[in-house]
Amino acid sequence: MSYHVNEKGYYGEFGGAYIPEMLYPNVEELRQNYLKITADPEFQAEFDALLKDYVGRPTPLYFAERLSKQYNTKIYLKREDLCHTGAHKVNNTIGQILLAKRLGKKRIIAETGAGQHGVATATVCALMGLECIVYMGEIDIKRQAPNVARMKMLGAEVRPALSGSRTLKDATNEAIRDWINNPVDTYYIIGSVVGPHPYPDMVARFQSVISKEIKEQLLEKEGRENPDYVIACVGGGSNAAGAYYHFLDNEDVNIIAVEAAGLGVDSGESAATSALGKVGVIHGSKTLLMQTPDGQITEPYSISAGLDYPGVGPMHANLFATGRAQFISITDDQAMQWGLKLSKMEGLIPAIESAHAFAVLDEMKFKPEDIVVINLSGRGDKDLNTYIDYFKL
Amino acid sequence: MNRINQKLQETKKILSIYFSAGYPNLNDTVQIIQDLEKSGIDMIEIGLPFSDPLADGPTIQASSTQALHNGMTTQVLFDQLKDIRKTVSIPLVIMGYFNPMLQYGIENFCQKCAEIGIDGLIIPDLPVDVYADEYKATFEKYGLKNIFLITPQTSDERIRFIDSVSDGFIYMVSSASVTGSQTGFGSIQEDYFKRIAGMNLKNPQVIGFGINNAETFNQTTQFTKGAIIGSAFITHLTENGTGKIADFVKAIR
Repeated sequence: MSYHVNEKGYYGEFGGAYIPEMLYPNVEELRQNYLKITADPEFQAEFDALLKDYVGRPTPLYFAERLSKQYNTKIYLKREDLCHTGAHKVNNTIGQILLAKRLGKKRIIAETGAGQHGVATATVCALMGLECIVYMGEIDIKRQAPNVARMKMLGAEVRPALSGSRTLKDATNEAIRDWINNPVDTYYIIGSVVGPHPYPDMVARFQSVISKEIKEQLLEKEGRENPDYVIACVGGGSNAAGAYYHFLDNEDVNIIAVEAAGLGVDSGESAATSALGKVGVIHGSKTLLMQTPDGQITEPYSISAGLDYPGVGPMHANLFATGRAQFISITDDQAMQWGLKLSKMEGLIPAIESAHAFAVLDEMKFKPEDIVVINLSGRGDKDLNTYIDYFKL
Repeated sequence: MNRINQKLQETKKILSIYFSAGYPNLNDTVQIIQDLEKSGIDMIEIGLPFSDPLADGPTIQASSTQALHNGMTTQVLFDQLKDIRKTVSIPLVIMGYFNPMLQYGIENFCQKCAEIGIDGLIIPDLPVDVYADEYKATFEKYGLKNIFLITPQTSDERIRFIDSVSDGFIYMVSSASVTGSQTGFGSIQEDYFKRIAGMNLKNPQVIGFGINNAETFNQTTQFTKGAIIGSAFITHLTENGTGKIADFVKAIR
C-alpha cells in the first residue's frame, strides 16, 4: 500500500480535482506537464542550484542536546527556520516559479494567510522578474503589516480579499477567481499541499527535499537513514508533507501530525481539522473539512495564522483516515509556552506554527534510544508581536 | 418527457433567470419563482447558496452570503419548494456547489429533487469525469438532467465528450470570467459563439455569464438556443425588491 498519490490524483478517497470547467484547461496543462518538466535534468539542476545558493540548503539537522537530556530521548531539529525568507515555504515557490517559466507564464498569483507564502512568492517573482499579485484577506492585511510591507518592497501587489470572512480561505477563493478571469497568461502558485490535483502532489514533491536531507544527515550522524519518529505541524500541511515524504511508505517510521487546537478542540475556537472535520470539498480537493452540517465551510481559529485553515491537504486526510499518522492537537497556550521554552533552552525562537510540533514531547513517551526528528518549519521573527502581546514582554 | 427537453423543443429563444434562494428575504423564493413564470420566463436556475462560491463574482457572492445569513439551508429550500409544482410548470434547475449536496447525501439530494419536481442540476465544481464515473447513474435514476459548462478555453474534444454525457442543454460560459463581470461582447466572443454553433452538438446551448440586458440577450441568442441572466437580476432585486420582476423581464424582451 502506498500513501503517495495515485495516477488519478487521489490519496485513498481524498484528493481529485473538483474544479469549475473554467479552470480545467489550466489545471490540465499543469497535470500533463508537471512530472515531465520537473524530471528534466536541466530543471532539477536549476532547482537544486537555487535551493543551495539562494535558499541556503541543505538546512542543518541539529541535535538538540538539552532537550534530548530533559526528555531522555534523541531529539533532532530540521532547521527549515534557516531558509531564506524564514520558513520552508520558499522550497515550493522556487519549484513552482521555475515550472511557471517553462510553461511560458508571465503573471504570477498567490494566496497568503499570515504572509509567509506571499513573501516567498514575491521573493521568487523578484528573482525571476515576473509580475506578482498576492491575495490576502483584509483582516490578515491588518494583522500582518510587516509581511505586507515585505511583499511591497519585493515589488508585489497585495490585493485585499474582501469576501466572506476576509482571511486565508477567502484569499484562496479570490486567487482562484483571478485565475478564472486570466486563464492564459497566469500561473497560480498555491502555498500548501491543498487545491486540485496535481497541486498537492507537486507541492509535496518540492518540499520533499526536507525528508531527503533528513535521511542523508541521519545516515551521517547516526549511521541509519530512518528516524523512529518524524513530527511536524499541519495547517494545510506543506512542511509536514515535505518532512514525511520519503518515510511515507516505510511503516517503521512513526509519523506524528500536530494540529492547532486553538482554545481547545471542543471550544468552538479551533483548527483541529482531523478532530472536527468531515469529508468535503474545498478549493478543488476532496478532503477533511471543517463545516456546518449543511456543508458551509466554517472559519477555524488558531493563534498561529499559518495553521488556521479549515481543511487539510488530501495526503494528510488519508494519513489520518488510514491511521498511518497519529494526529495530536495542541492548544494556543501549549504552543506559546513552547515558543518560550525552545528560545530559552536552545536559543531558537520558533514560528508559533512550529512551536505546536514541540508540544508533542509532553504528550508522548519516547524511549532513550529513539530518534525523534521535529521539523522546525519556520523562525519566530514574524510572530514577535504575538509573543510580545501574549507574554507582556 | 423532462420539462427541460420539452422547453428546448419550442421554436423561440429561451430566457432563463438565476437567483439565489433565500434572497433578499428567506421566504421570497417561491414568490420570485411564481412571478418569473408569470412574467414569461422560460426556465429558472434556483441558486443553492454556498459559503465559498469560487466561480461567482461579487454580486452573486453577496446574495449568497445574505441568503445564508437569512437562514437558507438545503433542507429549508426543499421545504420551501415542496408544493412548487402546484403552481409552476416551467423547468426548474437547482444550481449550487458540490459540498452542500455531498453533505445532504447525493442520493437523498436527487431523490428530494425528483419528489419536488426539479428537472436538472448545475454543479460548477463537479467535474464531468467524476460525474460520469460516480454519479451519473444516480442522477438518471431520479430523472435529473445534469448540466455542464463549457468555456472559450474548452477544447473541441472535451466539448464533444461533454455533449456525449449531457442530455438537456450545455451551459455555454460567454467568456473567461466569473459571473457578473462582462460588459458587452466583441469579435473574440463572437468567433467563439460561431465556433460552438458550427459544431452541430446534439445538445442545444444556453449561454450565460455577462448577459445583462436586451442588447446582450439578443446578441448572444443569435448563436444559441437561449441565455441565462443572473447577476443583473440579483442587482435588480437588491435595488427594487421583489415587486418589479415583470418590469425587469419586459426590459429584456
